Amino acid sequence: MAERDDRWEKVAMEELPADERVKGFQEVALGYTAEEMLKEAERCLGCKVPQCEDGCPVDVPIGAFIEKTVEGDLQEAARLILSTNSLPAICGRVCPQEEQCELECVMGKRGDSIAIGRLERYIADWAMEQGLDFTEVSESKGKRVAVVGSGPAGLTAAGDLARMGYDVTIYEAFHVPGGVLMYGIPEFRLPNELVQEEIENLRELGVQIETNVIVGKTITVDEMFDEMGFEAVFIGSGAGLPTFLGLPGENLLGVYSANEFLTRINLMNADKFPEYDTPVRVGDKVAVIGAGNTAMDAARTSLRAGAQEVHIVYRRSEDEMTARIEEYHHAIEEGINFNWLTNPVEFLGDEEGWLRAMRVVEMELGEPDASGRPRPIPIEGSEFEIEVDTVIMAVGTSPNPVVSSATPGLDTHFWGGIIVDEETGETTREGVFAGGDAVTGAATVIQAMGAGKTAARAMDEYLQDD
Amino acid sequence: MYPIVKKRDLTSVTKLFEVEAPMAARRAEAGHFVIVRVDEKGERIPLTIADFDRDAGTITIVVQEVGKTSAMVNRMEPGDAFADFVGPLGEPAPIRQDGHVVCLGGGFGIAPVYPVARELQDNGVRVTSIIGARSADLLILPEEMQSVSDELLIATDDGSLGHHGFVTEVLREMIDDSAEIDEVISIGPLPMMRATAEVTRPHGLKTWVSLDSIMVDGTGMCGACRVTVGEETQFCCVDGPFFDAHLVDFDEAAKRGDMYVEKEQLAYERFKENTDDSRCSCGGETSG
Repeated sequence: MAERDDRWEKVAMEELPADERVKGFQEVALGYTAEEMLKEAERCLGCKVPQCEDGCPVDVPIGAFIEKTVEGDLQEAARLILSTNSLPAICGRVCPQEEQCELECVMGKRGDSIAIGRLERYIADWAMEQGLDFTEVSESKGKRVAVVGSGPAGLTAAGDLARMGYDVTIYEAFHVPGGVLMYGIPEFRLPNELVQEEIENLRELGVQIETNVIVGKTITVDEMFDEMGFEAVFIGSGAGLPTFLGLPGENLLGVYSANEFLTRINLMNADKFPEYDTPVRVGDKVAVIGAGNTAMDAARTSLRAGAQEVHIVYRRSEDEMTARIEEYHHAIEEGINFNWLTNPVEFLGDEEGWLRAMRVVEMELGEPDASGRPRPIPIEGSEFEIEVDTVIMAVGTSPNPVVSSATPGLDTHFWGGIIVDEETGETTREGVFAGGDAVTGAATVIQAMGAGKTAARAMDEYLQDD
Repeated sequence: MYPIVKKRDLTSVTKLFEVEAPMAARRAEAGHFVIVRVDEKGERIPLTIADFDRDAGTITIVVQEVGKTSAMVNRMEPGDAFADFVGPLGEPAPIRQDGHVVCLGGGFGIAPVYPVARELQDNGVRVTSIIGARSADLLILPEEMQSVSDELLIATDDGSLGHHGFVTEVLREMIDDSAEIDEVISIGPLPMMRATAEVTRPHGLKTWVSLDSIMVDGTGMCGACRVTVGEETQFCCVDGPFFDAHLVDFDEAAKRGDMYVEKEQLAYERFKENTDDSRCSCGGETSG
């Protein structure tokens, strides 16, 4: 009986204990051991038509890779994963599998879905440790393609195009490639070293990466076509424009955008000041506004960077929160406080301009709004003050206009998103394709990767017809 | 890496560097800035460009020692290289096509005024430049400024050269003498730019200042460089660095510029303790 019940339960993955992990930036989720991995893989029913694959934006042959895993042929499993996914160690960690492949898994109808993400992570890490090289590059097509931005969308498009035989150059504004994988997602969820290793694999495919180049400033898309010999361009410049709420006191010292706060720590190592030169100021009492994944990241990062007390302040309730449930649980375990149905109305400062408190109002939920979620409505007369010394705004980001504003013929929506044909990623400018947050506004890593993949396919067709 | 091809001592604490950065130089214009990082552990700091040579692929920057990073830069020599050097960033300076423009440069702010004045003059604008420093020995680039100005006026705080006092006092005298001025461009320490705004405000004289806020990415991604301009929050990196001086909230800009002053001081002290060279930073003006 026990054995039979076991089959419906996902094999647990070991995590660093909360009291230990908040002392540093080590990865929280430790991954499966070989035994755990095999036990979990063996739960898979081996469906003839694996439903899980419908849920994968980058078409990983999930059924086949799990089958090979169970057979003990990890090398073939790794090859299968890497045949469609250039960044599996990243996806295995940060994809919301519960909304994608694992949501479709038939096991989930009666018990726990197969932990596809954890298996993918195991295989990817194993392949990396073994130093396996699955470089399969088609014959050179002799055509140059440029990719703007080295986040998940750009890396995926670049990897796929390189495999098809194109000569690919990625242009990155920052001094290291990786985009949001480096500056945004903290090391305790996704170690930077691992991101760089997956990027190294792309270099081995022949992808060139030029850092310190801001397309739209340093070079333009026009120049790429007219002077630099590129025949197609993919724009994956991300959603690098932070949203502020326009509240009084928002420019006080101590009010950060999540982008700035996370970049200072994740990319610039400000938590290691003065060994590293970039400073950051993390007060004793931190409030993070918003309840998405970025808010969780900012809250948990501030705790690790020295905050004594961290609050997530959200105008809706727990049910409407957009963060992954796993990250929410991690945040609770680490002692993050949650102030639901609470919204800031003003930030209050001292004489030197430093934030000292935040005025908030209590909210109640009304009829559904445009997002389909109940609209939060302020409760009159419920305002009160919370003492805080740091506020981190994690209320969203929109596409950064630097590229689009410098590219004639590239149309955008009023809110900044580049207009594309969803089937192909084609923009309104010939030869220019786009995908990821630059098109959709802030979304997930895997959605951006899916868009990069779609565009790479369409670019190939476009260039063949040429 | 971005090697230094030439270094010139302008004062004991102010150095000029020509840096090989062909990508950044290609589209550089007067008023643009770059973001540089000295080494792998360095911070990203914005520096307004003092000159550029698109053909040679170089950009000139002028750095005054005010903290650890600027001290590290100023100890670099030709052949040394910056880990990162990215640009050109920001919007170029507002350049008129006619009339009379007064350019004010204070301290090492004279350096970024130079290409702006040159560009104005090349466009047929009459340029009066008023440059100043605490004393004659700290005044930088007087010959260069002379070469791009129809008239050059100098002010020093201690009276060791030119007018005894501030550049803004010279501007005030010009206005009081009913000089015909179409626009004023002022680059220097915040108090000087703020004083310029107050001198020209009563006369409704269009005045531009170039703000050097604290930045991280320089592309609008982080919002560290927020500045209030006429009730609206703007990002210095992408909306600026030039703003209408009469609309800038200088109070806020000054406070935000000092956000990390304690940490900067700590890093600077540690740096000085760890280097043999213990020159004092008597430059005075602060920079973000």
